Amino acid sequence: MAFDKMELKDIEVWDGNFAAAQALRQCQIDVVAAYPITPSTPIVEGYAKFLADNYVEGEFVMVESEHAAMSGCIGAAAAGGRVATATSSQGFALMVETLYQASGMRLPIVLNVVNRALAAPLNVNGDHSDMYLGRDSGWIQFDAYCPQNAYDLNFIAFRVSEDHGIRLPAMVHQDGFMTSHTAQGVHTISDDDAYNFVGDFKPMNDMLDFEHPVTHGVQTEEDWHFEHKARQHNDLMTKVFPKIEEVFTDFEKLTGRKYNIVEKYDTEDADVAVVCMGTSVETAREVATEMRAKGIKAGVVGIRVIRPFPFMQIAEALKDIKAIATLDRSAPGGTVGMLFNEMAGCMFNLEKRPMLCGKIYGLGGRDLTKAHLVELFTELQANVDAGKITTPLQQFIGVRGPKLSYL
Amino acid sequence: MSEMKKIKNLKEFSTSADRFEGANLLCPGCAHSIIVREVLNATNDDLVLSASTGCLEVCTAVYPYTSWDASWIHIGFENGSTAVAGAEAMYKALKNKGRLKQPDRNPKFVSFAGDGASYDIGFQWISGCMERGHNMMHVVLDNEVYANTGGQRSSSTPIGSSTTTAPAGRVSYGEKKNKKDMVSIMASHHIPYSAQVSPNKWKDMVKKIQHGFSVDGPVFINAVSPCTTEWKFDPKDTMLLADLSTDSLVFPLYEIIDGRELNITYRPKNVVPVEEYLAAQGRFKHLFKDEYKHLIKEWQDRVDDNWSYLQRREEARV
Ligand SMILES: Cc1ncc(C[n+]2csc(CCOP(=O)(O)OP(=O)(O)O)c2C)c(N)n1
Ligand code: SF4
Repeated sequence: MAFDKMELKDIEVWDGNFAAAQALRQCQIDVVAAYPITPSTPIVEGYAKFLADNYVEGEFVMVESEHAAMSGCIGAAAAGGRVATATSSQGFALMVETLYQASGMRLPIVLNVVNRALAAPLNVNGDHSDMYLGRDSGWIQFDAYCPQNAYDLNFIAFRVSEDHGIRLPAMVHQDGFMTSHTAQGVHTISDDDAYNFVGDFKPMNDMLDFEHPVTHGVQTEEDWHFEHKARQHNDLMTKVFPKIEEVFTDFEKLTGRKYNIVEKYDTEDADVAVVCMGTSVETAREVATEMRAKGIKAGVVGIRVIRPFPFMQIAEALKDIKAIATLDRSAPGGTVGMLFNEMAGCMFNLEKRPMLCGKIYGLGGRDLTKAHLVELFTELQANVDAGKITTPLQQFIGVRGPKLSYL
Repeated sequence: MSEMKKIKNLKEFSTSADRFEGANLLCPGCAHSIIVREVLNATNDDLVLSASTGCLEVCTAVYPYTSWDASWIHIGFENGSTAVAGAEAMYKALKNKGRLKQPDRNPKFVSFAGDGASYDIGFQWISGCMERGHNMMHVVLDNEVYANTGGQRSSSTPIGSSTTTAPAGRVSYGEKKNKKDMVSIMASHHIPYSAQVSPNKWKDMVKKIQHGFSVDGPVFINAVSPCTTEWKFDPKDTMLLADLSTDSLVFPLYEIIDGRELNITYRPKNVVPVEEYLAAQGRFKHLFKDEYKHLIKEWQDRVDDNWSYLQRREEARV
């Protein structure tokens, strides 16, 4: 039985979860193996409903845990077809072992990660603590700032991940609740255009080609392990960006929507800038515009691709800026924030090194308000005026009680 | 449906359809390889296989070599069953969509795992696969110990066995717990077929494997796998140990149909005393000291009791 096409309006009002579910439907996933967790559950529920309504053809395997979800995805991907799933928080944490296994076996899988805090204390709301657990697992990681991005980046993720020159799994991140449960207008792509964009799945070393049996997931010791890992790392660092650029360009041709590995906003002549991810990017852009009206030359750098990390592009974007703050939405657990760390790495060798401080915000779903950002840009300008960092290097934004800061 | 493979005699059986090569790194005398060959040789159909981390896996797929001439995957210690379940789901999806490269093939899906990978860490994954009804077979290579990591106890390790994490010592006789009854647990998932097999009873094994392949749905097979290294016996005696385990009824051979109907498939003509089985292995050596001799009697009582339970269940046809 062939599946039915769905007529979509040019703009639909979707939240981030439903936007991602629609993208999975339009990509015609062959196998989804999944386990529910707030706030990502509606993505796989959406897929199940599409299946029940014959808008998609495939197998939905409701497994008994997230670890099994990714294990099933790995087996399915090795068998040779299009595979996706979704998770958040504790589920993502439970998956971590398998994330390394999927990327090490060079299997294309798309994982939608709806970001949420990690327990304890238990909290269902959005922050980026979970994202960091998997950030060295060898996956490509895209970051969505809004439902439109959550929709678009899924198509892009499949195209990049399934490319035979890449063959690495990819995540699409979106902010729990703030993106996943907030409905906005989403520009759609027709079923045919969407499917043509991702293309038919082209198997490689698939276990269901019985004329060419393959062995997946071998053992390597010191004589080969390094070569495999180095090759994987090298491919990530050298092949993935050009491929992403190419796919971004194709996507712009199809939709008119332009994506960049690093999303620069008013950085060209800026004195001060914040670097951030997720929903905070759009808030920061708005505040930056307001700051310019007040005479502070503010800019924003949004990270679109978290892995591989765009060191060069970021350094280029920020080289003439005087003071920068990174916004990390996770508790770094005994060190500086991930973005702070990576930014320091990007800029260490620059001739004119900007001042850099790190801010931790929004844990467990705490709001980042425009007022917070006004204060932050003002503080950065004060640093520029003083010619040195006048505040602690690392601070919490919007936490109750006495000001907590370190370094 | 494909034709069931006809097997005439042991010689023909042992040399046919070698999709698992003799060239591997398993210890001489390891029963794992014998069991795997017996399972694979029971069918001519295409295979999609997995192995969980353990002796079988680390000894048969060391890059750039492989002992497997069939589709094979290893992910981790606990999730080999789910890997096969995922592949089986993909097979169904691609078949429905008409995208299989060889649409006329009827592959068999099999996951192999040790007792540790099955009874302990992989338990939940296997339970999930059985409950969801994937068309697959899970085969346990039950050597009653974590062999690959050097002989730690598992929940399949029998009472009185000395292991590295439950060692016999001045005040301990080793493992204190009884072996977990996995076949019953798996049968309780109401799967179409579950059975215990032993490599020495190859005709019984082939019959069960072929039956397992012929049913639609999940199948659980528990195979006794004498381990020369951890059971501590001479590598030439693997089959002798397998004989002792089935003939003493320590490892009875039976099957459970649809989670209910139990059939005993092998009744030894001369039942060997459990003591003989224990005496043949270094792991039980300490039980023969005066202070632990009562444990040998307890062993015998437990085995007798289990055998009578199996017979009663068989007779009751429930
Ligand atoms: C998550 C995880 N925990 C622990 C291990 C270490 N480990 C590898 S194999 C093994 C024991 C295997 O025992 P078993 O499943 O009985 O198979 P055998 O080696 O006896 O054939 C252990 C503990 C691992 N690989 N992964
Ligand atoms: S340790 Fe035991 S199970 Fe492992 S390869 Fe040797 S004999 Fe086989």
